[in-house]
Amino acid sequence: MSALREPEVDLALAREHGLTDEEWRNILEILGRTPTFSELGIFSVMWSEHCSYKSSKVHLKTLPVDGEHVLQGPGENAGAVAIGDGLAVIFKIESHNHPSYIEPRQGAATGVGGILRDIFTMGARPVASLDSIRFGPLDDARHRFLLRGVVDGIGGYGNSVGVATVGGETQFHPCYRGNILVNAFNLGVVEADKIFKARASGAGNPVIYAGSKTGRDGIHGASLLASAEFDDTTESKRPTVQVGDPFTEKCLIEACLELMKTDAVVGIQDMGAAGLTCSSFEMASNSGTGIEMDLDRVPQRAENMTPYELLLSESQERMLLVAQAGREDEVCEIFNRWDLDAVVVGRVTGDGRMRVRWHGETVVDIPVDPVARNSPELRRPTSEPRGLREQQKLDLTAVAPEEDPDEALEALLDTPNLGSKAWIWRQYDQLVQGNTVIGPGGDAALVRIKREDGSATDKAVALAVDCNPRFCALDPYVGAQAAVAEAARNVACTGARPLALTNCLNFGNPEKPEIMWQFAEAVRGMGDAARVLGTPVISGNVSLYNETDGQPIHPTPTIAMVGLLEPWERHAVAHFREAGRPVVLLGENREELGGSEWLALRRGVEGGAPPRVDLEAEARLHDLLGRAVRVGLVDVAHDVSDGGLAVALAECTFSAPDGAALGARIELDDGIRVDALLFGESTGRVVTTTDDPVGLLELAAEHAVPARAIGVTGGDRLRIGRPGGAPPWIDRPVSELRDVWAAALPRRLEVE
Amino acid sequence: MFAVIQFPGSNDDRDTRFALKSVLGAPSELVWHKSVELPSDTRAVLLPGGFSYGDYLRCGAMGRFSPVMGAVKRFADAGGPVVGICNGFQILCEAGLLPGALLRNRDLHFICETVALRVERSDTIFTSRAAAGQRIHIPIKHGEGAWFAEPELLARVEERGQVLLRYCENPNGAVADVAGVMNEAGNVFGLMPHPEHAVEPALGGTDGLLILGSLVDAVTEGRK
Repeated sequence: MSALREPEVDLALAREHGLTDEEWRNILEILGRTPTFSELGIFSVMWSEHCSYKSSKVHLKTLPVDGEHVLQGPGENAGAVAIGDGLAVIFKIESHNHPSYIEPRQGAATGVGGILRDIFTMGARPVASLDSIRFGPLDDARHRFLLRGVVDGIGGYGNSVGVATVGGETQFHPCYRGNILVNAFNLGVVEADKIFKARASGAGNPVIYAGSKTGRDGIHGASLLASAEFDDTTESKRPTVQVGDPFTEKCLIEACLELMKTDAVVGIQDMGAAGLTCSSFEMASNSGTGIEMDLDRVPQRAENMTPYELLLSESQERMLLVAQAGREDEVCEIFNRWDLDAVVVGRVTGDGRMRVRWHGETVVDIPVDPVARNSPELRRPTSEPRGLREQQKLDLTAVAPEEDPDEALEALLDTPNLGSKAWIWRQYDQLVQGNTVIGPGGDAALVRIKREDGSATDKAVALAVDCNPRFCALDPYVGAQAAVAEAARNVACTGARPLALTNCLNFGNPEKPEIMWQFAEAVRGMGDAARVLGTPVISGNVSLYNETDGQPIHPTPTIAMVGLLEPWERHAVAHFREAGRPVVLLGENREELGGSEWLALRRGVEGGAPPRVDLEAEARLHDLLGRAVRVGLVDVAHDVSDGGLAVALAECTFSAPDGAALGARIELDDGIRVDALLFGESTGRVVTTTDDPVGLLELAAEHAVPARAIGVTGGDRLRIGRPGGAPPWIDRPVSELRDVWAAALPRRLEVE
Repeated sequence: MFAVIQFPGSNDDRDTRFALKSVLGAPSELVWHKSVELPSDTRAVLLPGGFSYGDYLRCGAMGRFSPVMGAVKRFADAGGPVVGICNGFQILCEAGLLPGALLRNRDLHFICETVALRVERSDTIFTSRAAAGQRIHIPIKHGEGAWFAEPELLARVEERGQVLLRYCENPNGAVADVAGVMNEAGNVFGLMPHPEHAVEPALGGTDGLLILGSLVDAVTEGRK
């Protein structure tokens, strides 16, 4: 037996592990002695920003997390919401930003794998994924490489594991040149009384390790990679990126779901960030118990792994579960049937301590609670960035009016941000499991719900993910509100009622007061919006330190909204369906150009105040949409957002999944400047079609939502102008606009 | 009873069963890849789509060595109807039950989209519900779906009328636009498009029923 040779543990080594002097003193106090090397590793990951939320906790506590349909809020692997008839959906969004920048394919793939495990860990079958991804400009070869790699990683994993990718968002901005964002969302379906949690209760119960063997990959992914800025040493961090195996994950999903049909499982947790350490501590802490573990029993794929490595490895596709005593064999047999390893590695104890043995030696002996619960909670200083007020001021009279709206529309449709994303989602299996009513390309995806026995229900969930980082940079409070409002509006456009949201908060270095101010303001905005719209925040993830060489990303609080539509057969789509239908605009056109795509593209200005968000009006609009779709008054509804009304109308004419084009003749007379009318991004607006405009206007009036008929569908041209004989501002064949829009990504990507 | 083979990594097994049971009212059972026999009441076998064994070596290359494939081969040799969809098609080619091989898509990307197909014959048990020359719409979703055969083999396959489905616009570089091909005996059929994903009007249309429904008809009539 080889004796354990480990480095001398002292303050200097603690600092190398990313711990502060104060945290070091805390450790000494908790243990009453110097930690072992393994213990130091445990504290460093458990108290890392990524695992402990130490900078963000104080703000996150202010978010609304309860609601009548909420079954599980933040604190578990994912949140859960009841959807009626004994069914629930479980969902969460999570970042994998840092790894994806270093190794895009594996980084994105393991991001998908990780979020899937969060869902099936709770007993749900994962049914639908979304991805929110952001890159630097595509004229940069590195970002073309990153986009290709990320898409390949998302598709490679999601397609293989058999979970449909039904939507998402993709944006490009120079602020992501040094830090791309990869946020992965998944939703699963479960019977509401069969939700599993991360529990290690019942002293004497066996602790079982199942899934892939443990290797040396991903050690310190959470603490060193995800909890620090990028700089010139970043390349050397490649070994901290994990490698994914979707085939093992697929087998793990099926084995876990099969196992959960028995009553042999007490609690279960996936080994994600900080691997075996984090999962065992969380399970014991949640139950007020302890765990005794023997590392020699852990299945290993590398030789001579040290206890430190075994505890901190982030090898993928691994689960830790606690079973009823005496039923170990039954549990292991199910995993073995799927050719997966499953071994008893320890027992639950009643003394609240984590004891880990290796080669007969005790290498860890620490109290569970102080590590898991008493992690540091910081109140980092905040201060509004200097110059922001100036940047928010935009004198519209000094902005030259758009001289050629026709050309401006074409230029906007040709941008990677507004152009078609079909190049991306064509590489994703959007159909597997056979529930995709509306796939990528609409406002929200619509996914029919099946029970685990395979029978179809008349319920569907609507899913959307949104954020406008330009708005958030100009005003994080309003920007976060706009993100929540847009995500809910997108969901409502199908006819669904928004239920709850999950968020992924991507920000720069929290040690800088300006970044922390952005974070605090965004959380405040998200909370206020979630309260008014009645969509509690049931899960989420924080990704800080998205900074390279001191350059932070725009604040990017990504919001994923989930709504319920029942019965789903009657739903609205985002493209014109029939000629001769009156087009009705819900909401108000305001003279707002701050933060707009038009202002950035045509005037080179990223400034002004973002458009106002009237949350009460949004709530009324969403109610109206649900009602109008339900009673059959509205069959097309498309939200007006990036690029404004003209872009939204253009999208309605050419975004049918089968490629069909259907024009429209639109007349607007708002008395505001034409560029604001056509390209301004005022919130709270939806383009609809109806066969009963009078009925729709009446219903809108009942909901106190401004509404008016603005034109009619038909023909093969999109014509937008003022009433009367004046020449139209825009008059183009739909097919021409569609070709520009469709080529926006391919023509930039297919250059090598 | 329709036997739907479940390999580790099968993804569309549940969808195939849904199409058979909920839409066509045909009873089905999942048969585990380690089974060495098919259930005695098996009337047809379906090999579903997915990534059997992760498709790590080459798609379908491991699947053909599954214990259950011996039973599937005996069933096919005895004239039992066998359909392989996507990964199932790849496995049937690897196992030598169908001619040709499936290669990486021409553009090297995974492609998920609904494609137009031309039904070449309607006088087979897999296409009896369609008309010869009919244009139908069914989604594809694969990275390695370009059917390939050497010229001599292709000529033989064409001559014997084994091509049942052709792409109207070739998405993946398949030779002769082949999307689905059957064996000489006419009881084994493989296709890259997923008929099980086109069985409901509001979820991708119902053209998939032209294929799966034909098979159900054949089995039902065979029993009479």
